Amino acid sequence: MLARLVLPLGRMLGPGGHIGTDLATHEPALWTPPRTMVVKVRGQLSALLVVSHSRLRNLVNHLALSASQAKTPLFDWHQGHGARMAEFAGWSMPIQYTSIVDEHTATRTAAGLFDVSHMGRLRFDGEGAGAWLDSLLTRRVADQQPGQVRYSLVTDESGGILDDVLLYRLADAGGGSYYLLVVNAGNREKIVSWIQRHLPDDGSVAFADLTVDWGMIAVQGPRSHDIVAPIVEHRLASLDYYCAVETRIAGHGGIISRTGYTGEDGFELILGAHMTTGVWQSLLDAGADLGVVPAGLGCRDTLRLEAGMPLYGHELSEEINPYEAGLSFAVQLKDRSFLGRDALAEARENVSRRRVGIQLGGRRVAREGAAVTHGGETIGTVTSGTFSPTLERPIAMALVAADTCEPGTPVEVDIRGHATAGEIVPLPFYRRAK
Amino acid sequence: MKPDELQFATTHEWVHVDEVDGGRVATVGISAFAVEALTDLVFIDLPEVGRNLDAGEAFGEIESVKAVSDLYAPAAGEVVEVNSAVVDDLDQLKSDPFGGGWLVKIRLADDADLGHLLDYAAYQKQCAEESH
Repeated sequence: MLARLVLPLGRMLGPGGHIGTDLATHEPALWTPPRTMVVKVRGQLSALLVVSHSRLRNLVNHLALSASQAKTPLFDWHQGHGARMAEFAGWSMPIQYTSIVDEHTATRTAAGLFDVSHMGRLRFDGEGAGAWLDSLLTRRVADQQPGQVRYSLVTDESGGILDDVLLYRLADAGGGSYYLLVVNAGNREKIVSWIQRHLPDDGSVAFADLTVDWGMIAVQGPRSHDIVAPIVEHRLASLDYYCAVETRIAGHGGIISRTGYTGEDGFELILGAHMTTGVWQSLLDAGADLGVVPAGLGCRDTLRLEAGMPLYGHELSEEINPYEAGLSFAVQLKDRSFLGRDALAEARENVSRRRVGIQLGGRRVAREGAAVTHGGETIGTVTSGTFSPTLERPIAMALVAADTCEPGTPVEVDIRGHATAGEIVPLPFYRRAK
Repeated sequence: MKPDELQFATTHEWVHVDEVDGGRVATVGISAFAVEALTDLVFIDLPEVGRNLDAGEAFGEIESVKAVSDLYAPAAGEVVEVNSAVVDDLDQLKSDPFGGGWLVKIRLADDADLGHLLDYAAYQKQCAEESH
């Protein structure tokens, strides 16, 4: 057993300690778990003797990401192309290449390429996977068909939001299906621990953290289809919003989905880590004449804010419940039993604050933490704010008292001592023309 | 003005001192490096003429899409002129940071001390370290 244990670890570390080389070059690129995989290790002794394939991978992933700032497969490309890098959720990520406003505008008018490899990608296999995920997520999984993607939440027993996630259900080549959970980079370790704590002991669910084995590129903007379609085997036009499929990307196995975090049409490409830079460059080359640009996390934030989308750590946290955050669509209580369900059923009956949009006069930007008042009374706090490049005015999201959350309500925001007049407005701030 | 004719604060303001009516008037702006670092400028707030500033006091703020930064007085004195043109046209900060993009003129107090300011070479060295 020990010999078998040592060998795969050595292969996985590979030359220069690079993680995942062996598995990432495996064809098809999508890793298939061994059938005998042991998924939950009990006690220390068994941890030494029966460490499963999955467990080792998770451990190696953990070690790879614990060492200072983690690097995505595109790190060298970013550095070589003038990106301003900064630490984000433990990863060294590009904030901008040229300017936030230029990259924002390019995404609204042509397309932007985003490196989202830092997001966690967790795979679940096994006959019990669907039923178990149904007990973990606020949104129903039981009726989710292969090919569908759903936005959902992981909540704790008290109904606080541990993360907002996308759950993919994918058909595999062998006629079966599996699930892929895409989680926020900053919550990945927390969610992995949460999963390991709640995973069934009977081996019916196999779990693997594939974050560093795969890269992930988001292409967002009206020209997304034109630049992605030529390199994807699947007919992209037939892929509906919030759908996903295993297909070949630039000749290698990968996953493509159609979701997004900008308010534009767009796709996500999930592919072997070793292929990520090549595909990224070919998408940029294909889109150069169309105005397609690499886009950093800076404009990802201004784009999602205009689109009225919440960001974990700002509009979402363990202290904010889904009803306050305006995410009741992502919670299905009826005939279900999941972690946090009973607390959420109670929270739904008494929602004391709500997430709203605020439009401000002037050009001063209300940043996170600014107090919001109405008629002299403090009613809440700004959770995110920026200067909207599209609307050319300051916008913000805030959590405010439920009895003063109606659009049209005049408010004042204390921006570093400057009382700034504004108004509660419906979200989103920006909606693309259909 | 050429940057090597200017002095710089570690907080990225530049200063040029002229003798006027037997006193010293400091023209103050922010460096090209600072403008480049901020990139997406949206707003600048400058003081009223007549305001008295202490050395190191925040006299205004400059806001970009991603962050807001205070502007600091390099020395004590009274604000005697404010560049209102730059408030309406922030592009001047980008196109001519050491000229048309000046921000305020300060009549320096008699005992105002500019000894802490860096020459251009020393300031460039600081910038190189910051962008590393």
